[in-house]
Amino acid sequence: MTRVAVLKGGRSLERQVSLQSGDRVEEALHALGHDVIAIDVGHDLVARLRAEKPHVAFIALHGRDGEDGTVQELLEIAGVPYTGSRVSACMRCADKVVTKHALRDAGLPTPDFFAFNETAFKELGATDVLPAIEERLGFPLVVKPADQGSALGIKFARSAADVPSALVAAFSYSQKVVVERHVDGRDLAVSILDDVALPVVEAVPRDEDFYEYESRYEIGRTDFVCPADLDAATTERVQSLALGVHELLGCRSLSRVDLMLDGGGEPWVLEANTVPGMTDTSLLPQAADAAGIGFNELVSRILAAAAA
Amino acid sequence: MMNDDRPLGPGGEARPMDRRPSRPAARDLERYAGLFAARTRAMKSSAMRDMMAITERPEVISLAGGLPDTSTFPPGQLAEILASVATTAGARALQYGPTDGMSQTAECIAAVMAEEGTTVDPEHLLITTGGQQVIDLMCKTFIDPGDVIIAEAPTYPGAVPTFASYQADVIQIEMDADGMRIDALEETLARLDAERRTPKFIYTIPNFQNPGGVTMSLPRRRRLVEVARDRELLVLEDNPYGLLRYEGDPLPTIRSLEGGEFVVYLGTFSKILSPGIRVGWAAGPRPVMAKMNLGKQGADLCSSSLSQLFVSAYFEHGRWQDYVYSLRDVYRRRRDTMLDALAEHFPREATWTHPQGGLFIWATLPDYIDTTDLLARALQHHVAFVPGRGAYLDGRGGSSMRLNFSGVGDAEIREGIRRIGEVVREQVGLYGTLTHAAASTPPPAAEPKPAPVDPALADVLQLPQRDGPRGERRAR
Repeated sequence: MTRVAVLKGGRSLERQVSLQSGDRVEEALHALGHDVIAIDVGHDLVARLRAEKPHVAFIALHGRDGEDGTVQELLEIAGVPYTGSRVSACMRCADKVVTKHALRDAGLPTPDFFAFNETAFKELGATDVLPAIEERLGFPLVVKPADQGSALGIKFARSAADVPSALVAAFSYSQKVVVERHVDGRDLAVSILDDVALPVVEAVPRDEDFYEYESRYEIGRTDFVCPADLDAATTERVQSLALGVHELLGCRSLSRVDLMLDGGGEPWVLEANTVPGMTDTSLLPQAADAAGIGFNELVSRILAAAAA
Repeated sequence: MMNDDRPLGPGGEARPMDRRPSRPAARDLERYAGLFAARTRAMKSSAMRDMMAITERPEVISLAGGLPDTSTFPPGQLAEILASVATTAGARALQYGPTDGMSQTAECIAAVMAEEGTTVDPEHLLITTGGQQVIDLMCKTFIDPGDVIIAEAPTYPGAVPTFASYQADVIQIEMDADGMRIDALEETLARLDAERRTPKFIYTIPNFQNPGGVTMSLPRRRRLVEVARDRELLVLEDNPYGLLRYEGDPLPTIRSLEGGEFVVYLGTFSKILSPGIRVGWAAGPRPVMAKMNLGKQGADLCSSSLSQLFVSAYFEHGRWQDYVYSLRDVYRRRRDTMLDALAEHFPREATWTHPQGGLFIWATLPDYIDTTDLLARALQHHVAFVPGRGAYLDGRGGSSMRLNFSGVGDAEIREGIRRIGEVVREQVGLYGTLTHAAASTPPPAAEPKPAPVDPALADVLQLPQRDGPRGERRAR
């Protein structure tokens, strides 16, 4: 019997989803016969790890701390094996700017972009280059916080007048923002498990308002289709692209790569997530399920990869 | 880059990676999706609500709750009351009770309503499980999918999911410092007439409105009753805070006005005794009460006997008003603390209401600041509020926030407002930089403390404007 610490909650804005992921993982671990220690991550994390001495930590934290390498670093120091990617891959994926530069340098498709921190605007007059950026990227353009895990803070600017308030919103979540060309098309997610791409999930908004983030990401207003209705060649193309991203960024065991498929059938990588959601309706469990891998088996395999 | 020895299936999906039988398309995870009622589509979880989970962390000063301060209730008195219930009425406290409630509790309710000058026959009351149940029973009794409810803009955020779950078409009427604008209401009613639609009820919180903090003036109350009587429309008067008035003269309840027979009155012990006991009530037209009684039978048979006996024992135990008076003193001081802190720490670009009672202040920022996003930044500074969007069903309210002053102490109120003010100033400054606008309000240290905001000015409820018909917004 393995003693598994499930790390969840914490102070991230995605605390609620993380608690749900953690609860679901705990249920699976119990079913698999493991000894489960649930830890809502806080000031006592290191003390609890020392006291409980888990054999392995299952990371069910999303966003800040749990997905950006902070908790992974603590686990490295504490000598506790953990699920998912190691510190450096977490840091590369948690920062969309680093991710996008790595993709661009490697020749993988990612929408054209610029990134700034607040200082650039406050101290270096970056406001003066906004018109040039707007001209190069075109409208609508997407403004998003560099290191916010979920869709929080993502704004669409349809004209130059929308850009300042979109930037103010994005800077609410992050010290750094990405201004990105908008790709109009289909919203795809490819989950990777044990270095193999799972069936593609497509998020199909129910409402026609593609610019309203709430309608895209709110449960009940988006239908998830898995496997996505794509021809075999496109499926293989986005799967191999996602796997390429997973490898390029150095992810281990699992990840989820989000892409847009434009009207011409070209895929564009938006981001990679090292700790995908683990609720019943999350995309990785859905994709695994479509591949015949039930939730318990999914958890079992993620755990096995941690110990390897 | 795909692993060659794991070829794709015919549909393009990856093959199961272990040798286990492939399952049919009806997958575990979607098993219940097809069973959910259509109404659940309107019962949404949102990122904003998920974000509120972080406010339960101990390091966060939460001005987001709507909580009365129950720590002010004397523990010794609580023990005495519970002991007296146990010794004098133990068996009844543990037993089911009548659906419409226990008669001795109804007598207490009549006394509370009399305190606000409203007479009610205790036999005609429906005792409910919190005031919230009255809102639910009203919808259950009156709302078919698509039926119209008229509410204030902004309205009680807790009523929004109730209205949504009954698939109501909610039309929100703008308010000013005197509460709901009845002229805008009449325009809306005329337009609905032209569409051959009749609102099922008009939902109002006339005293110290949640979240707006404004109070409906007496002329507007009278006019509302006239409009309702002439058109035979029902009014749902939600009055949880009426006794928590910190300044000014009390106004009569809408139900007590001449012609108030078309008013369903909603009361509760939540803010004058305890929200944990979950005891509220409704008083209204008898046919309506009879239907709501049937609805309540289906919902929960009866409200807690233990809680109802707790209320009646509490009323026998001493003067129930004394605790309300003590709460008034505590909350008045906290309100003043918050108003002072707002004047000191919020930038000139912000406006806020000056409530004469209740629990909430409604603050509005420049329209380029979205308070849902602002909350993310505020949470990094360990402080929380309710973003204004939760008080609308139509996406408005994005630049406003609800601030609660009853749930935390004076020091935390001051510090919480200071922190929110700081992030607002940062946002205002950044926006100014991005638009090359003139430098914004300097930080408070750089100037003497600003004079308190002119109450006449502060009392104007600043509501976000969008193009469209004046005075109202359509939900959906």
